[in-house]
Amino acid sequence: MIHAPERQDRRKAIALAAALLLLALFPFAGAAFYTELVTKVMILAIFALSLDVLVGYTGLVSFGHAAYYGVGAYALGLLAPPYEAANLWLTLPVAVGAAALAALFVGAFVVRVKGIYFIMVTLAFAQMFYFVFHDTRFGRGSDGISMNFKPVAAIGGFTPFDLANAVHVYYFVFAALVLVFVFLRVLLRSPFGRALQGIRSNEHRMRSLGYPVYWYKLASFTVAGALAGLAGYLSALQFGFVNPELLSWHQSGNVLLMLILGGVGSLYGAVAGAFAFVALQELFSSLTTHWQLLLGGTIILLVIFLPGGLASIAGRFKRTLVGEPDDE
Amino acid sequence: MDVYSFFIQLLNGLQYGLLLFLVASGLTLIFGIMGIINLAHGSFYMIGAYMAFSLSTLTGSLFVAIIVGIVLSVVLGVALEWALFSHLYKRDHLEQVLLTYGLILVFEELRSLIVGNDVHGVAVPAIFNWSVPLTETLSYPVYRLFMSAVCVVLAVLLYLLMAKTRIGMMIRAGSSNREMVQSLGLNINLVYRLVFALGVALAAFAGMLAAPVSSVYPGMGTGVLIICFVVVVIGGIGSIWGALVASLLIGLADTFGKVLIPQAAGVTVYVLMAAILLWRPEGLFRRI
Repeated sequence: MIHAPERQDRRKAIALAAALLLLALFPFAGAAFYTELVTKVMILAIFALSLDVLVGYTGLVSFGHAAYYGVGAYALGLLAPPYEAANLWLTLPVAVGAAALAALFVGAFVVRVKGIYFIMVTLAFAQMFYFVFHDTRFGRGSDGISMNFKPVAAIGGFTPFDLANAVHVYYFVFAALVLVFVFLRVLLRSPFGRALQGIRSNEHRMRSLGYPVYWYKLASFTVAGALAGLAGYLSALQFGFVNPELLSWHQSGNVLLMLILGGVGSLYGAVAGAFAFVALQELFSSLTTHWQLLLGGTIILLVIFLPGGLASIAGRFKRTLVGEPDDE
Repeated sequence: MDVYSFFIQLLNGLQYGLLLFLVASGLTLIFGIMGIINLAHGSFYMIGAYMAFSLSTLTGSLFVAIIVGIVLSVVLGVALEWALFSHLYKRDHLEQVLLTYGLILVFEELRSLIVGNDVHGVAVPAIFNWSVPLTETLSYPVYRLFMSAVCVVLAVLLYLLMAKTRIGMMIRAGSSNREMVQSLGLNINLVYRLVFALGVALAAFAGMLAAPVSSVYPGMGTGVLIICFVVVVIGGIGSIWGALVASLLIGLADTFGKVLIPQAAGVTVYVLMAAILLWRPEGLFRRI
């Protein structure tokens, strides 16, 4: 049993390498439809990772995370000029910055409250953003904005890749996912990340240790919002249009569901959850047009019979099979 | 704005606020007493409105529809508490959010399967289908006055129930200490079931009452739910008194916001919420 952690680490490393290789080679194997589908899933994985910073590592259950996803997406929609292509390297930082600012603004209010209040208030603020894009001339109403051109990745006269090409978009999103994953890995293992996890498990203790809890939570909320904005931007880039549904509360609910499916508080879980969610969605919508009925029913059964998410199945299975104690 | 249109807007705002109170009081009770965040609470309002539509077309009378609807919604409340919500008492908020989110999806799809996605109107009952004249051009519909009156009566009854009856005493005791109530030999599970059914019935009743004014449409539950969250946040979780004050505040803010600053309509209530959060993060009132 002394070698168990090492063995586990090696197994994890092998699984990770296999998953990366699979994703890197996927466009060569799959049809165009699946390449685009996996691109969409990877964007959702970035979105789920961003929410995991709040839910899994800071202990803040946000039910309004779609607002920042939408702000990132709308930033591209609003910045794209009608008769020429926008520049990726200009619009991407602006979109992420706009989402971060929106999260900073909302965060300043919401991190003052806890628990159930936090859930309600994040939802209410997200709905406010929804109204702004849905009901004002600024957001161009419920039809949203359709972009005539994909952004170009030109640096000076040099264009390293072509964002009108679905395979190039795939690799761009793949690179973004890997970068976000590594960034969060480093961030959450830094003293800052440790402090967030301390706040999650015992806020009072962290406060009495002298940590400025409010500012840590606000920073966490802002980082999560900025990364959600990145995911939203990528989604607008992939599909070429934005509409208020990107900010709807279903979007916020679905991303929470991804976290639950994969297991809260694990970066791998967030990514796996995005894949599981889209797989479920594709499966159910192939069965019936009323697929939300199946999805809703599945969620209810999952919560009642499987607290801990799909991720807990593997653990339970292992425990009953090998009799290993639960070390998580 | 002259005196009469101000008066009309005032009545509209109060009526909207009182209606919100019916939904929000159930939400705040269910949280305050059972510790459950119920996202599906707006669905009960939607279900009520659709029951008003279906049952009044079936029976030809809105009043019969409302009576049958109340019975059905109590049955629905008891069944849901027994089958689903009773599993949630010891779970964390995230799981409560998910289960009730799943429930919304189920209710919305069932609604679309059974009644479809069209917008429907419900006729105002004949005896209330007239207006009180205010000036030569302005008048106020009697049905809206009737709605407000019913809401006021219900608010008073709710107050009497909570403050003066034995059941109310049990509810208040259960909200402050579940274990103690249980060890005193009271059936706390029965209290929870009653409170939940009461909450469902209040929300569904609000939907039935509002159906002739607001019409019946998909997504009507979501709108009400989010506004009721704002009400509960402003009023303070678990406080019925707070829910009443906050409902009226939101009703008036929303109505006058739409008249005075039409460009920012829809955002007024959230600005109000943000201001209250800065001033009093725990809401205006705490506890029942």
